Amino acid sequence: MDVEILSRLQFATTIAFHYIFPPMSIGLGLLLVVMEGMYLKTGKELYHQMTRFWVKIFGLIFALGVASGIVMEFQFGTNWAAYSRYVGDIFGSALAAEGIFAFFLESGFLAILLFGWDKVKPRTHFFATLMVALGAHFSAIWIVVANSWQQTPAGYHLVERGDGFRAELTDFSQAVLNPSFLDRISHVYMGCWQAGAFLVLSVSAFYLLRKKHTEFARASIRIALVLAIFASVFQLVTGHSSGKGVAENQPAKLAAYEGHFEAEAPADLYVFGWVDEEDERTLGLAIPGFLSWLVHGDAQAPVTGLNAFAPEDRPPANLVFQSYHIMIAIGMLLILIALVSAFYAWRRKLFETRWLLWVLVFSVLGPQIANQLGWLSAEVGRQPWIVYDLLRTSDGLSASVSSADVLTSLILFGLIYLMLFVLFIYLLNEKIQHGPEESSVREGRMA
Amino acid sequence: MSVDLNTVWFILVGVLLAGYAILDGFDLGVGALHLLTKSDHDRRIMINSIGPVWDGNEVWLVTGGGALFAAFPDVYATSFSGFYLAFILLLVALIFRAVAIEFRSKRPSPGWRKAWDVSFSTSSIVSSLLIGVALGNVIQGIPLTADGEYMGGLTGLLRPYPLVVGLTTVALFAMHGGIYVVMKTEGELQAQVRSWIPRLIGIFVAAYVITTVLTLLFIPHMTTTLRDYPILFVVPVLNALAIANIPREIHKGREFRAFLSSCAAMVFLMALFGIGMYPDMIFSSPVAENSLTIYNASSSAKTLQIMLIIAIIGMPIVIAYTASIYWIFRGKVVLDASSY
Repeated sequence: MDVEILSRLQFATTIAFHYIFPPMSIGLGLLLVVMEGMYLKTGKELYHQMTRFWVKIFGLIFALGVASGIVMEFQFGTNWAAYSRYVGDIFGSALAAEGIFAFFLESGFLAILLFGWDKVKPRTHFFATLMVALGAHFSAIWIVVANSWQQTPAGYHLVERGDGFRAELTDFSQAVLNPSFLDRISHVYMGCWQAGAFLVLSVSAFYLLRKKHTEFARASIRIALVLAIFASVFQLVTGHSSGKGVAENQPAKLAAYEGHFEAEAPADLYVFGWVDEEDERTLGLAIPGFLSWLVHGDAQAPVTGLNAFAPEDRPPANLVFQSYHIMIAIGMLLILIALVSAFYAWRRKLFETRWLLWVLVFSVLGPQIANQLGWLSAEVGRQPWIVYDLLRTSDGLSASVSSADVLTSLILFGLIYLMLFVLFIYLLNEKIQHGPEESSVREGRMA
Repeated sequence: MSVDLNTVWFILVGVLLAGYAILDGFDLGVGALHLLTKSDHDRRIMINSIGPVWDGNEVWLVTGGGALFAAFPDVYATSFSGFYLAFILLLVALIFRAVAIEFRSKRPSPGWRKAWDVSFSTSSIVSSLLIGVALGNVIQGIPLTADGEYMGGLTGLLRPYPLVVGLTTVALFAMHGGIYVVMKTEGELQAQVRSWIPRLIGIFVAAYVITTVLTLLFIPHMTTTLRDYPILFVVPVLNALAIANIPREIHKGREFRAFLSSCAAMVFLMALFGIGMYPDMIFSSPVAENSLTIYNASSSAKTLQIMLIIAIIGMPIVIAYTASIYWIFRGKVVLDASSY
C-alpha cells in the first residue's frame, strides 16, 4: 500500500477513535453545569450526588480524549508536512488558538472538578465546571474553524513560495467565519449534546431496569431528556442548513451524499439505495424531485450531479452515500426515541415502561455512530481534495516519510488504541456498576 | 538584535517550550523516579503528587506544537515529518503514560499495579529522552535539503551528541521531579527522596558539563551569538547560580525555594538554547544555507500579528488561572476518595 492510503487510513483511525470522546465531554459538560447549578440553587443532596457521579464518568472520558488528542495535534506535521506548509498560516493559527483558549481552560479547571471537592467552596467548584464545559465548547469552535476552512477556504490568497504556493491569511474574520463554519459548528454541537444526553439516558435507564439508584436515575433522565429532545430536533434544522451549504459550496460532495449523477437536472431524494459508480447511476427508493425542493425550494430546479466533474475530481460516491444515509436514518430514529420518551414521561409512564428503557439503554450508540458517519461523509466527501478545490490530498503528504514508517505507526496506534478502548469500556462498566455514592459521606475509592 | 515580529514569536515559542519543560518536566521526573520507591502507598503518593496537574502540564506541549504550526509552519512540518518514528514513539510513550496514571490504582491487584508502575516510569523516561534527543539534533544540525526537508530517518538521529543531550534531559527532569516530590510529601517518603537529591543534582551537573564541553568543542554555531554579545554571558552565569542554589535551599529545608531555583535553572537553560539557535530554528549541517530560520520558515506577517494579539489576550489569563489552580492544590499530598 502506498503512503497516501496508509496516511489517510492512519488519520481516519486516529481521528475516529479520538472522536468517541470529545462529543461526550462536550455534551456531558453541559449537563454537569445544569446538574451542579441545580445543586447550588436547591441545595438538594440528590443533585450533589448526581454531579459527583457524572464528574467521575466525565473524568474518564476526558482522560481518553486527551491521550488520543495529543496525536491529532502533531499528525498534520508528521504525515501531512506538505499540507502543513501550505495551510500553516491559517490552519495552524486555529489550532494554536484552540490550545490557548480551550485546552488550558479545560485541563486546568478539570483539576478542580475532579480533585477539588474538599479544597474549594461549592461556588468555586461550580465555576470550574462552567469553565471546563466552556473550554470543551471553545475547542470545538476552533477545530471546526480549521476543518471548515479546509472545506470552504476563505479570507486567504495564494502566495508563490519555492516551486509551489501556500495560502496566506488576508482576512481573519472571513477565514474564521468561512461559508460552512456556522452550519457545521451548530451541527457538531447538536451531535455532541446528543452524545452526552443519550449517554446519561442510557446509564440511568439501565439503573431503572435493575431497580438500582432509582431516585438518582429518574432525576438524571429528567435533565438529560430535555437536552436529548432539543438537540435531536434541532439537529434536523442544522443538518438541513448544512446540506444546503454543501449544495452551494461543495456540489461534488452533495452529489455524492445523494447519489445524484446527471450534471444539470432536477434531483430525487434517495431514502436508501446503492450507488453504482461504474455505470454512473443510483438504485434505490427515491422521492422524485425532493432533493431539488430541499436545496432550492423548487422540485424542478436542477442540482449539480457527479457527471459535472471529471472522474478524478469525484469523491468515492457509494461510501459517502451510505454513511450519509445511515447517519440521517439514525438521526431520525433519535428524534423518534426522544419524542416517544417525552410522551411517556408526560403520561408519567416512562420509568415503568421496560421496553422503552431498554431502547434508551442502547440509544447511547446512536449519536456515537451518527457522529462518526457524519464526519466520514464530510471528510471522504471532500476527497480528492485536502483543501477543497485548492490542494489535492495526494499533494499534502510528507516527503520524508516512507510507507514502511506509516505502516509501523499505524500498527502501533492500532494496538495501543485497541488496548485503550478495552480499558475504557472496562473502567466505564466498573464505574457504572459501582454507581453513585448513596450517602453524602463518601466511601474511599479502592485504596 | 532588532526585535521584529519573527523574533517575538521565536521568544514566544521558547516561552511555551520552557513552560512545558518546567511543568511537564517535574511530572516526567516524578515518573523517572517512580520505581525507586517501593511501597504501594509511596507510589500512590508519587502519582498523586502530580495527580491534579499533569494533564494541564501536557497542554503546554500541545499548545507549543500549535504555536509552532501557526508561527513557523515549515519548522513544524520539517521536524515532525523528519523525526517521524521518533515522534511516533514519543506520542505512544505519552499515551502509555497517561493511561498508566489513570488506570494504575483502579484495581487492587499487585500484578496490575506493578505493570502500570513500570509503564508509567518507562514511558516517562522514554519521553524525556526523546525530547532531549530531538533537541540535541536541532542543536547539532541535521542535513536539510534545499526544500528544507530532512530525509535521514530515525538512525540518522541517534548520534552521540543528541544522545548526550537526551540523557542530560532525563537527568534534569529527574532532579526537578525529585525536588518537586520533596516539596509535596512528608515523613519517611520525603526523607527518602530528600536523600537522593544530592546524587540527582550531581548526575545532572556531570551530564550538563559534558554537554557544555561537547557543545563548545564541536558545535561552534551555538556560541557565535554569545561571543558577539558578551553581555549575554550573564545567562550561563545565572544558570550556574540557580543550579548551585538548589542544594543550599534543600539543605535548609526550604523545598519551595529549591523548586523555584530548579525552575529558574530551566528557564536559563532554555534561554541559552534560544540564544545559541537564534535566528535558526533548525540548523542544517553540512549545508548551512538550508537552515530553517525564523524568517524563511515563518508564517505571513499578518498571521504573526493576529496570533500575537491572541497570545497577548490569552496567555495572561492562562497563566493567572494556572497559578490559582497550583495555589489551590498547594501543600502536601493527602490521599482521599478522588485520588488516583
